[in-house]
Amino acid sequence: MKNLEKNYSHIKGWGIDADPKNDPTYPIKLRTDEAQKGYHWERPTQQPITTEILHSNERPNVTAVFGTPLPPKGLSGKIRRYAFQFSENSYGHWLPLLLADRVDEIEGVIDDLRQGHVPNFFAERGWKAQFKHNPKAIATKVAVGALLVTAVVAYLRRSK
Amino acid sequence: MLAMNYRGPLRVRIDQKPMPEIEHPEDAIVRVTRSCICGSDLHLYNGLVPDTRVGSTFGHEFVGVVEEVGSEVRKLKVGDNVLVPFNIACGKCAFCKQELYGNCHESNPEATAVGGIFGYSHTAGGYAGGQAEYVRVPYADVGPTVIPPGMDPDDAVLLTDVVPTGYQAAEMGGIQPGDTVVIFGAGPIGIMAAKCSWLFGAGRVIIIDQVEYRLEFAKNYAQCEAYDFRSMDDPVVFVKKTTDWMGADVCIDAVGADAAGNAMQTITGRKLMLQAGSATALHWAINSVKKGGIVSIVGVYGPTDNLVPIGNVVNKGITIRANQASVKRLLPKLIDHVQNGRIDPKGMITHWVPLEEVSDAYRIFSDKLDNCIKTVLIPPSART
Ligand SMILES: [Zn+2]
Ligand SMILES: [Zn+2]
Repeated sequence: MKNLEKNYSHIKGWGIDADPKNDPTYPIKLRTDEAQKGYHWERPTQQPITTEILHSNERPNVTAVFGTPLPPKGLSGKIRRYAFQFSENSYGHWLPLLLADRVDEIEGVIDDLRQGHVPNFFAERGWKAQFKHNPKAIATKVAVGALLVTAVVAYLRRSK
Repeated sequence: MLAMNYRGPLRVRIDQKPMPEIEHPEDAIVRVTRSCICGSDLHLYNGLVPDTRVGSTFGHEFVGVVEEVGSEVRKLKVGDNVLVPFNIACGKCAFCKQELYGNCHESNPEATAVGGIFGYSHTAGGYAGGQAEYVRVPYADVGPTVIPPGMDPDDAVLLTDVVPTGYQAAEMGGIQPGDTVVIFGAGPIGIMAAKCSWLFGAGRVIIIDQVEYRLEFAKNYAQCEAYDFRSMDDPVVFVKKTTDWMGADVCIDAVGADAAGNAMQTITGRKLMLQAGSATALHWAINSVKKGGIVSIVGVYGPTDNLVPIGNVVNKGITIRANQASVKRLLPKLIDHVQNGRIDPKGMITHWVPLEEVSDAYRIFSDKLDNCIKTVLIPPSART
């Protein structure tokens, strides 16, 4: 260690947290702690459940706090409710959730339109930045698009 | 208030959203002065994390000023300048008692495997994140830490995730003085893990990635060796060769589900979604570490299956350690390292962007444009 210290003296703080006794370092089990024995601890105050909160069936209740901004809604919400019948151990849980996310995406566009907001896909995808820093990628996308259109037009003309 | 708004994969924008409110007596409302875009936000951005609902506000790395506190908040006061760890932790449950603040059992009703995280889908509790002007911070006496006087807010904001996660990656590696540490991924976390490996006494630190400018940055910032895996026939053989055919003592996976570099993983993990993202980096870590070595994982993976070479883990006698960083446990030590100049967090920040330009900021970070390493978003109210 002494020799090593000399070799690495150019790196500020080298070896400062080295502790050969401390392996494995983490996590450290507090074996004497009563709280380790089961689902018993002095629970924090329960946040009032004023909106629909889905909870894992691997726990008996809702946690003391949770996020509320986006309760399940619409068709995606129905799929999410279905998913929460299954445990985190099950495809029945995760695959419907991924499906719900895709449905939610479409519902989001419909919501936008309903509120009189036409989503600006180019801006949302950050194409302005891409145009500025990587115009080649945009150019390629445009060129591929143009080629496709030309090919389709040529094909349609010929088939006439 | 202004807040980032997720509309679906690769689509985010800035919108007006309702102000957050105190919903629990231990809540605080924090006015955000800086928030970051994190590499793990890209898993959300790419639509890889289940139950990422349209309308979400992302952002788990932020600092700000306390605007309001709930009736049971004792330590935190209005006007305090705070850095907020990305994990939401109650401080009372069995796991918090064990200092596993990333695994709190009273902050995420939707899943038991992971604790609550700000702005990280309903799989992590359904909380709004800090890429906004204001944010609701639960358990205000547990996580939020007053920023020491004189500390640069740009340093403070990286103490919410990047520094502790990089540090814990090295810590979980159980590095012994003189060890060779190989890190997969030269994003901010990988670079920080490289930097922190020295603090545990590493003898050799190697970082492997494919983005030239990031490798260059890592070499300078973390004083480590940096290599491009595209210049190798096989990164595993490369590591074996350079360690006298033994393998590295410690391998760190700092990539997670968006890994490139293996066609089969890309197709099954990122295109067809038959597994929870691509596990290329983890494959390389398991196969590059020496027998009896330690693999430390901080890259984010989805909750469902991954194709992982578990047979090699058994046959090689590898120890795997992995977790979300326990930010609160590490803060006192890390604040000391920052104040004594051993770690320079803000040295990683390359982009300061107005919150209003969040769509472009995501594109720049996600496509690795403009030599971007780390992006900080600044809300209009913090720009006077
Ligand atoms: Zn992060
Ligand atoms: Zn807890």
